[in-house]
Amino acid sequence: MRSAMSRVVGNYYIRKLAVSIVTLFGISLLIFTLARVLPGDPARLALGPRAPEEVVEQYRRALRLNEPLYVQYYYWLIDVLQGRLGISLVTFRDVMVDIAEFLPATVELVIFTLFIDFVGAFALGVLAGRKPNSLVDNTIRVFTYIAIAIPSFVWAIILQLVIANWLDLLPAYGRLSIGMSVPRITGLITIDSLLSGNFLAFADAVRHLIIPSVSLALGSIAQEARILRANLIENIGKDYILNMHSHGVPSTIIFFKYALKPSTIPTLTIMALDTASILGNAFLVELIFNWPGLSRYGVIAMLRKDLNAIVGVVLVIGLAYTVASIVIDMIVSYLNPRARQSR
Amino acid sequence: MKVLNGVCMNLRKGQRIGIIGESGSGKTTLLKSILRILPPNGKIVSGKIVYDGKDITNFSEKELSRIRRREIGIIFQDPMAALNPVFKVRDQLYDILRYKLMEEGVKPTSQMLGEYSLELLSDVRLPDPERVLNSYPFQLSGGMRQRVMIAMALVSANKLLLADEPTTNLDVTIQDQILKLIHRLVVEKNLSTILVSHALGMVNRMTDEVYVLYAGDIAEHAPTSEIMKNPLHPYTQLLISSTPRLSSVGVGEGIRGKLPDYREPPQGCRFAPRCPYAMDKCFTVKPRVIRQNNDHHVACHLYE
Amino acid sequence: MAGGTVSGEAFEGLERSVRRENWRRIWYRFKRSRLSVVGLSMVVGLLFAAIFADFVAPYPHHAGLYIGFRDAYKPPSLEHLLGTDMYGRDVLSRVIFGFRYAFLLIAIVLSLVVPTGVILGLVAGYYRGTWVETVIIRLSDIFISLPPLVLALSIASILEPNIYNAMLAVSLMWWPWYVRLSHSMTVSLRNEPFVLAAELQGARTIHILLRELLPIELGTILTKLTLDAGWVILIGAAISFVGLGAQPPTPDLGTMVSEYSKYLPDFWWMTLGPASGIVLMILAFNLLGDGIRDVFAGE
Repeated sequence: MRSAMSRVVGNYYIRKLAVSIVTLFGISLLIFTLARVLPGDPARLALGPRAPEEVVEQYRRALRLNEPLYVQYYYWLIDVLQGRLGISLVTFRDVMVDIAEFLPATVELVIFTLFIDFVGAFALGVLAGRKPNSLVDNTIRVFTYIAIAIPSFVWAIILQLVIANWLDLLPAYGRLSIGMSVPRITGLITIDSLLSGNFLAFADAVRHLIIPSVSLALGSIAQEARILRANLIENIGKDYILNMHSHGVPSTIIFFKYALKPSTIPTLTIMALDTASILGNAFLVELIFNWPGLSRYGVIAMLRKDLNAIVGVVLVIGLAYTVASIVIDMIVSYLNPRARQSR
Repeated sequence: MKVLNGVCMNLRKGQRIGIIGESGSGKTTLLKSILRILPPNGKIVSGKIVYDGKDITNFSEKELSRIRRREIGIIFQDPMAALNPVFKVRDQLYDILRYKLMEEGVKPTSQMLGEYSLELLSDVRLPDPERVLNSYPFQLSGGMRQRVMIAMALVSANKLLLADEPTTNLDVTIQDQILKLIHRLVVEKNLSTILVSHALGMVNRMTDEVYVLYAGDIAEHAPTSEIMKNPLHPYTQLLISSTPRLSSVGVGEGIRGKLPDYREPPQGCRFAPRCPYAMDKCFTVKPRVIRQNNDHHVACHLYE
Repeated sequence: MAGGTVSGEAFEGLERSVRRENWRRIWYRFKRSRLSVVGLSMVVGLLFAAIFADFVAPYPHHAGLYIGFRDAYKPPSLEHLLGTDMYGRDVLSRVIFGFRYAFLLIAIVLSLVVPTGVILGLVAGYYRGTWVETVIIRLSDIFISLPPLVLALSIASILEPNIYNAMLAVSLMWWPWYVRLSHSMTVSLRNEPFVLAAELQGARTIHILLRELLPIELGTILTKLTLDAGWVILIGAAISFVGLGAQPPTPDLGTMVSEYSKYLPDFWWMTLGPASGIVLMILAFNLLGDGIRDVFAGE
């Protein structure tokens, strides 16, 4: 029975992955088409108004802009499949190299953010749901309601101002303080510093991570905490909880095991959508904190109309989001046996 | 919202009483009050619950857990709703067992839990108990779920069993089996029982004494055989006549009207609006419970 | 129900009064929720300020290009409630004009996106199982598989940076969600008796879609629309903040946050102005949206 089930499970996820990859190509086609179809001359936009016409024409020919759309796409697709995303106009390097350099910083930021998001949402949701309508609950409810209305970049500015500038508790920019250095093994400074035994640098890296991550996470924390709270309150009233209560099972066990688990499932589903928000808002937050990650690279590429870089960044983020969705989906179906059944 | 209104019941050890009434009459609330598992917005305003000679109305949660784990057990109406859908039967049953064993001063090992669980599940005549333990509630049939519920109730119910419509949500074909199962277990363990139902047949077979509950009031109270032969209260009479029976000809008629609004309970007899024999007095004065014959009590102005 | 027939006009009159009664009921329930009333008044207040910005703002001429270095960098005071910026312009007035651009964004984006999205969704749901549905749904799936902000930013990045292109980017990013919503609702209603009855009577497809299916879905769509308004503002502000939307000196809220944040931490009040404006608008629409959701949830 076990192997049969894992075959079925495997099938489902492989199919999902395949569909996602096809979708990613759809996205690339979309971006590609929009870039070529919408008004504006990519070559001119890239090189600027003062570039001489022959240079622009040369560039146009290099980008194959004068050829029919499907031809362009064909060549582009071949390049991408071989990992050749073109040259960046900003760094004059292969976009792949750029991505490899800047991706780890964003990965570190996003993972740390997701961690804070998860912990924060659960802490707040449980605190609020444990004693409905208490002072704690009401405070949390008001706070989360307002927190949702504040965009991540506004949080970033506020926190940077208050915590870093006024209170001087945490650093305002970058990943490491000046003077610290850590050998680049994985690109994730936190891991690299631990691997090389430099605990001071580890602490420093974490300090730099806190404000950017919290800014990114707060909106999501607020949203998820509200949903967790609502689910907890609703589920506590259900008969299966009553059943446990009637048999004398301690209320702590009832709450933290039997009420929490079914409430977690819808909350996790929201986390998938919130991951999308986080990935998107990273663009602004990295900009604000001068975080040398993929998103900041992307923003600069967007401002400079660096088409290859833009497409590269979009593809990577699209891929990351797809993977994240699948992972969350897997976790949810692990927790929710009924969902597993339909797989 | 005052649901239960001056309900007074007596249960002797080993006795089995039934409570009949339609949905919404407060039967479930009554049972929940006994175990003190009312929702947070429900409470006992006045009166007391005396169990085993002790007034448990104001017992603390700690004191109540002892009773809940080892003495009183309850079977709920809807087994699908009463079992947590995201946990296997094993998890839920083990937890129930665990705390009961701890209450007895025994340290529960997983082996112990496993053995006891399998034993319990076979007691309720579940084929392949191992598979049931490993299943999630939605993977089981309605009858199997109810057997699991009964098994759970058996863990805690060593003195008193409360059963809230245990067969109502089941297939007609299974109802009888489950009923027989409960009956057998009650007899084997010599449990006092309070059986709540609107199925008169079940009440007839399983109980010695019956209380008829209408809209939070006791309408009538008598030994089972007596009340079935000779129902006094108009409500009871209508209930009995509206139950389809093999011997009767045609279909019984239902009772017209519906329960009163508990937020604004009417003065006088709560059944008056639907009663075919209602007099003016019935709408203004509440009938008290009077003793008609030896054990037959009724609350109705007709008999004063 | 009594026998006999009801005349055509009488029936229409009956229909009309039933509909009026529905709306009255909805309004009554809306009024009972305090939060939604607060939300509605906030939105109306902001809208009023936006439309009549020329009269509401104390220094309307500061909205665009204006230079008055003598009054620059002033902290909040009685004359300038939110202080002045680096060109000496009154921040409060600019924020009020910023509301105007925000409402413009919402109006244009939602009026572009909602009709097209909903109609496409209706069509896709009605023609379930055909290639029409597949094409429409696959297409919108592609858009949905990217994080919304990333998609909007990348679309905006391909275009010239100005406010109208920002609106276009936000619209393109948003429409698939409405397709999805109306598609799933239509699918669940597709085989209901009233639809089949209309088909049997020979009603035209357009009639079925718009007169039979749409009114039922309207409540949910309206709820989503209002809740979305806040997100539209957020994404629009993000696009402008990055520099891909309205350009200075346009008093767009996001653009202003970006401009003024260069002067942090010294002249922090400048950023506070437009930032609070953004938060205020989002909060207002969230309150309103929750209220509307509560009203329609019971329907």
